[in-house]
Amino acid sequence: MQFPVLSIIVFTPAVAGLLILLIPANRKTETRMAALAAAVFALILSIWVYFNYDQGRAGYQFLESYRWLPQMGISLQLGVDGISAPLVLLTGLVMFTGVLISWGVDDRPREFFALLFILASGVFGVFVALDLFMLFFFYEIAVFPMYLLIAIWGWVKTREYAAMKLTLYLFIGSVVALIGALAMYWVVGKSTGVYTFNMLLISKAEQAGAFNFVAWQVPTYLQWLFHRPTLTFEMVVFPFVFFGFAVLGGIFPFHNWSPDGHVAAPTAVSMFHAGVLMKLGAFAALRVGIMLLPQGAQYHMSWIIFLALINIVYGAFIAFVQNDLKYAIGFSSVSHMGLVMLGFATLTKDGMIGAGVQMFSHGVMTALFFAAVGMVYDRAHTREIPKLGGMVKPLPWVAIGFIIGGLVSMGMPGFSGFVAEFPIFMGTWQTIPWAAILASLSIVITAAYILIAIRKVFFGEMPIEFSGHIGQIKVLDKIAIATLCGVMVVVGLFPWLMVPMVQSGVNSIMTLLGGA
Amino acid sequence: MYVFSPPNYLAILPEILILALGMLVLIIDPFWKENSRRVNLGWLTAGGLFAVLAIMVMVDRPGEPISTWGGMIQYDWLAFTLKGFLILAGAITAIFMMDVERLGQRAEAYLLLLASLIGMCFMASSGDLIMLYLAIETTSIPLYVLAGFLLTDKFSVEAGFKYLLFGAMTSAVLLYGFSLFYGMAGTTNFYQLSAQFDRLTPLLLGLLIFILVGLAFKISAVPFHFWAPDVYQGSPTPVAGFLSTASKAAGFIVLLRLFVIAFPAMKISADWALILAVVATLTMTLGNFLAITQKNIKRMLAYSSIAHAGYILIGVVAFSQLGGTSVVYYLMAYIMTNLAAFGAVVAYGRVTGSDEIKSYAGLSRRSPALALVMLVAFLSLSGMPPFGGFVAKVFVFNSAVQSHWMWLAVVGVLNSIVGLYYYLTVLKYVYLYRAENEEDERKPLPISRPYTLALFILTAGIVMLGVFLSPWYDLATKAALSIF
Repeated sequence: MQFPVLSIIVFTPAVAGLLILLIPANRKTETRMAALAAAVFALILSIWVYFNYDQGRAGYQFLESYRWLPQMGISLQLGVDGISAPLVLLTGLVMFTGVLISWGVDDRPREFFALLFILASGVFGVFVALDLFMLFFFYEIAVFPMYLLIAIWGWVKTREYAAMKLTLYLFIGSVVALIGALAMYWVVGKSTGVYTFNMLLISKAEQAGAFNFVAWQVPTYLQWLFHRPTLTFEMVVFPFVFFGFAVLGGIFPFHNWSPDGHVAAPTAVSMFHAGVLMKLGAFAALRVGIMLLPQGAQYHMSWIIFLALINIVYGAFIAFVQNDLKYAIGFSSVSHMGLVMLGFATLTKDGMIGAGVQMFSHGVMTALFFAAVGMVYDRAHTREIPKLGGMVKPLPWVAIGFIIGGLVSMGMPGFSGFVAEFPIFMGTWQTIPWAAILASLSIVITAAYILIAIRKVFFGEMPIEFSGHIGQIKVLDKIAIATLCGVMVVVGLFPWLMVPMVQSGVNSIMTLLGGA
Repeated sequence: MYVFSPPNYLAILPEILILALGMLVLIIDPFWKENSRRVNLGWLTAGGLFAVLAIMVMVDRPGEPISTWGGMIQYDWLAFTLKGFLILAGAITAIFMMDVERLGQRAEAYLLLLASLIGMCFMASSGDLIMLYLAIETTSIPLYVLAGFLLTDKFSVEAGFKYLLFGAMTSAVLLYGFSLFYGMAGTTNFYQLSAQFDRLTPLLLGLLIFILVGLAFKISAVPFHFWAPDVYQGSPTPVAGFLSTASKAAGFIVLLRLFVIAFPAMKISADWALILAVVATLTMTLGNFLAITQKNIKRMLAYSSIAHAGYILIGVVAFSQLGGTSVVYYLMAYIMTNLAAFGAVVAYGRVTGSDEIKSYAGLSRRSPALALVMLVAFLSLSGMPPFGGFVAKVFVFNSAVQSHWMWLAVVGVLNSIVGLYYYLTVLKYVYLYRAENEEDERKPLPISRPYTLALFILTAGIVMLGVFLSPWYDLATKAALSIF
């Protein structure tokens, strides 16, 4: 048997989190060191997985399978493909930098790192799970620590409201998706005789036509809406599953938990939240929605493109008018996640590749943004854009990080954002040209608000009350910023590090969709 | 599956042992000094029950389901599984009773607990209406007394009296229903009864409703739920925990046996299933929404336990082997989880003297360990992995989807969102808010050794039920197979 690298990646954070709980409460430095050690370990393993993934062979690799509840067809199936491998790497990166940034957490750091790591375990788990039940299992584990992390360590003004809102939204989404998943389980079981939550087997059954029966006779007075007299099972179940997960991906009109959540969360949690958790939603929507129900996807995609467009343009506009820097970044996440959804919704090879890279690129970029905003806020104690200014002098590292993040966010060539966004627009142009035109508007708006924010926050006159009060950032913070910036530049300059990998994953999706 | 056999002592071995234990408690009690009574009585009862459990697991495992003692007793895996968990619940409750003032040092309290436990064990295994009624009364009467045990506390007296009045009324209705069934069918044995009814006549429907009334009281299903909050609030907290777990679980087993074997109305009529589905919906929804507004944690847990009765009813409505499995699994997870929640309330309320949710502010700073127990228990109640509550909920909803009760499953998941809201609210007090008087946070929170042990067992159990599914699922399936 091969080295069970994936299960070690998944369970390292959780085990580390539980061990951290055993450290006495007053040993704060030891707690942090233990957290850092675990994060470095997970990062190294995820890098190893990324570079050892055999792109030529494609498909799911590093497969592991453990019996868990065979009576019900539940097993712990783990594996990565070209789409999830970058996301595992992303999670490792954000976990590592998140621990560095959170060095200053002084209120119960033990509980903080324990919860953060349990969350990380859930995230890793979702990215590598190949079993529907396990996917839900890990998904919920990724959701509930969020509540406590935001409510306890968050921004005093809105944390209770935001934490509850976020948790309820995500829980609603996941249980709605769960019902759809259970329906798939029974239908597959009945048609093939094998009751299983294994997604590979469900996908095989779908390809054999298990889902092609009529599930709903559309009444005549509604046929204008659905364009057809009957809907098959796939078409009925797809919206449940897709939207259930897409809530976490921040799709319009279920997006408004996300800016509130980002703003209220402490820095490391915002990084996790916008950087990784929203990808979790988009990824699960892809894996369970599009990959298991491709015909449903084809039927519903036209209006999902429309929703994604609203995300992109509306999100960018809202970000443009924000005064609070963290809210601006929060809404820019909504806008950028819209691009991911748009890429998926095109169901073209280019669009999907772009969306896959965008998930990674946006994750790193937004983690960097939130880290930078957090550093500014910790020192200036305000995030109001008009009240800030001249931060480049005391905080040059933060300024450089924010500017690089901004360039990525605008899709500047040479950075990972360009590698991601360009194929998305290519894919959109192939399906609905006017959608591509509309979506490209967002680039202009993004450029506007990012540049304005950079000018007002980092350049210009420093308000008098700040002079001399803005302390330096620590070495650890610099390492975090340098790591994140470095990754974005490397992916931007050497797209071959990532694009072929994502492409190998997308190819198999295209096969499912029946195209080339 | 009806096999008549001569008296089988193995079938009632746990009951015999518990009875002996009760005698022992009563006989030994006067020999102990006043100040050592608390510890000795508590450990004797709890230890004795753990021993009974161990003996039962070792020598008492059933084979094929059989009816014994003239058809009075069913000796099968359903009875075995539930008896095991009921005895565990009894043992844990005995531990929780130890440190409660005016309860822990009284031998009568432990004796009453054991007496009602015997009744519950018979409820889990009875195969005949007469036996069943006797078992229900054996369970209830000691519980009435226990609920009102704190004679100088007017809430406790009110609780005991209220429980008695409602209990007596509903059990009268139940008995009336039983007697009419006997009049129609000429037999009281479950398996012989089941052959008598092949379609749902209006008369039969009326009788079924009589029976439902009696059982709805036991499991606190709407509209016979309203005793629960008052009784839970007033009775001594360990007793409330016992009421909400063991008593309810025993009620559900009776419900399963009656509505699956004796009166399989769901098999012959979709209407009856619909009635139960509506009861389940109302129970969940009302329980959850009323729980939101509660200020007292025991009342909140009472409404939450009403809501959980609704979730479990979904599994009954599904009327399938998987439904039975999920009901049993849910009961296992629920007994563990709710006992842990009540245990945390006992441990904390004993020190602070308050059961208001507000008084939990600052708990995580005073005692991170107890806060962690509450976190595990409440997240499991709300159905979050990796705890037993999540798996149990998924199984229940899965059985509903399998039996084409799509809307019921949707109602269930929507309700679990409402549930999440108020469970998280409590955790907010525990973890987020500071105590009113910050000095309080530095005071240590003494948790006695027995409590630590009991809470540890429960927390471990919750995690085991949520992570190592296979053995528990097998157990639950065996239990379900003995009636389906």
